[in-house]
Amino acid sequence: MGSTIIEKIVRNNIGRAVHPGEIVTVNVDRVMIHDIFIPFVASKFEEMGFSKIWDADKAVLIYDHLVPASQVDDTRHFRIGNEFVEKYGMKNIHRADGICHQLMTEAGYVKPGDIVFGTDSHTTTYGCVGAFSSGIGYTEMASILGTGTLWIRVPETIKVHITGKLPENVMAKDIILKLIGDLGADGATYKALEFTGDTVENMTVASRMSMSNMAIEAGAKCALFTPDEKTAAYCNITLTEKELDLAGDEDAQYCRVMEYRAEEFVPVMACPSNVDNVKPVAELAGKEIDQVFIGSCTNGRLEDLMAAAEILKGKHVAPFVKLIVTPASRKIYREADANGTLAVLAEAGAIITHPSCGLCCGRTGGILTDGETVIATNNRNFLGRMGTSKVNIYLASPKSAAACAVAGKIVAP
Amino acid sequence: MKGMDKFTGKIWILGDDIDTDIIIPTEYLALKTVQDMAPYAFSPLRPELAGKIQDGDIIVAGKNFGCGSSREQAPEIIKALGIKCVIAKSFARIFFRNSINNGLLLIENDRIQGDVSEGDEITISINECIEHRGNQYPITSLPQNLVDILNAGGLVKAMQRRNNLKGM
Repeated sequence: MGSTIIEKIVRNNIGRAVHPGEIVTVNVDRVMIHDIFIPFVASKFEEMGFSKIWDADKAVLIYDHLVPASQVDDTRHFRIGNEFVEKYGMKNIHRADGICHQLMTEAGYVKPGDIVFGTDSHTTTYGCVGAFSSGIGYTEMASILGTGTLWIRVPETIKVHITGKLPENVMAKDIILKLIGDLGADGATYKALEFTGDTVENMTVASRMSMSNMAIEAGAKCALFTPDEKTAAYCNITLTEKELDLAGDEDAQYCRVMEYRAEEFVPVMACPSNVDNVKPVAELAGKEIDQVFIGSCTNGRLEDLMAAAEILKGKHVAPFVKLIVTPASRKIYREADANGTLAVLAEAGAIITHPSCGLCCGRTGGILTDGETVIATNNRNFLGRMGTSKVNIYLASPKSAAACAVAGKIVAP
Repeated sequence: MKGMDKFTGKIWILGDDIDTDIIIPTEYLALKTVQDMAPYAFSPLRPELAGKIQDGDIIVAGKNFGCGSSREQAPEIIKALGIKCVIAKSFARIFFRNSINNGLLLIENDRIQGDVSEGDEITISINECIEHRGNQYPITSLPQNLVDILNAGGLVKAMQRRNNLKGM
């Protein structure tokens, strides 16, 4: 019997074939800790009695949620993080370079076939390059730092096969939102998603990243794409035979297969206040809005900013609407600056912020209040995520978000 | 959790999709200790339940037990109430990990639910089976490292034990 991608990654890691449902201990290739949880990781690590990180070069600490500090106690996290890095000899630390999930692949920390854990539920993102990556709690992170291992349950795989050419106004974000709507918020719990078909083969790594990022919103443990020449170029590597083999076999066992025609996708939004409450934008048209947010680890990449700029070029954001644009990393910020994208956005009235988690985690830069409506390109619209619990958050693609910013109400791009 | 290889307990029955907000509503998360929170466990669904659960009892539930947020208080409170084990058709992923790491035993089984009534006694032999009125329900064995975490009383203690053994 053949294997799915996740079965191959785990097999390669532990050196024997595995089957779904089995619990195995894997050797961890890389870990990511962000600023919110570093104080807890540090104290658990020491409480456990460790005095050394198993391999300090495999650990990455990224400050992103609290950068720059917006509340008086925030810098405490940086102090504890800096002390931890110093004490245990870590070299990989980013204090203001961008969002953790963007940096992990962009800065070359994750390669195809790697097993990676992070203290953040959106760690699923690195499946975009064919890595098995998933979120864990801070207690487990502390134990990995000490041991270099973690137990996992080998997940069943749901195959999502998409063929054909996407309509002009549809982005990868619309695909993943539609999929989450179809699966439901727990439809992929315990499971791996595996994306196949010429539609995803033709996608950029950045677009694949938007999809793997949001897999957790259907409960998925990870979301995998087969590494190809685009992956190799993005990671700046030559793919080995083992990496090229990270595709689901013809006779692999899938617990479910979902098939889509790309031509049938339409722009959609996740409506308040569940990510699986997904509706076509056309059905929501006309609703007045107060703010638009384009950014986050879901949609703050260069192609997202450029897609928004294409719609905003020569136009202006509607009066009373704030358009907040937050590039996902410093590198993206500089690229968008160099190719004129930021100038187009600024000309159209956008407020362009420093790279960070920004408004997505609801701590800074555009907090809303009761009754207000925001169109946002990030990954969660839970109650209270961007201000009070009576803020209406609609999740959308960068194209939809830009079109709404110009119109001052919900419109399809 | 020592000496847990085989034990008998009285069961409480819950349904599908028992989320972490049912296990402990957000409004009680600001209370100082898990012991303070425990009386409010399951209160949106069955406010009387926390007061009735006794040390050594077992929960039998449906699918997707522990779905929702990643709050580690959920398994801690269930443990604080005296629940020795939760049997469910399936568990939400983060809850499963948090439970093992906090020393709460979880068993996946999707056959026993139809055969038991609340208040029945069942016997669990770890890594072997559940017994109820002469019927046996086989359970998938937990690997030794997970049993070790449970027996140690959670991941922090298991790591402390590991490190002490190494003379650190």
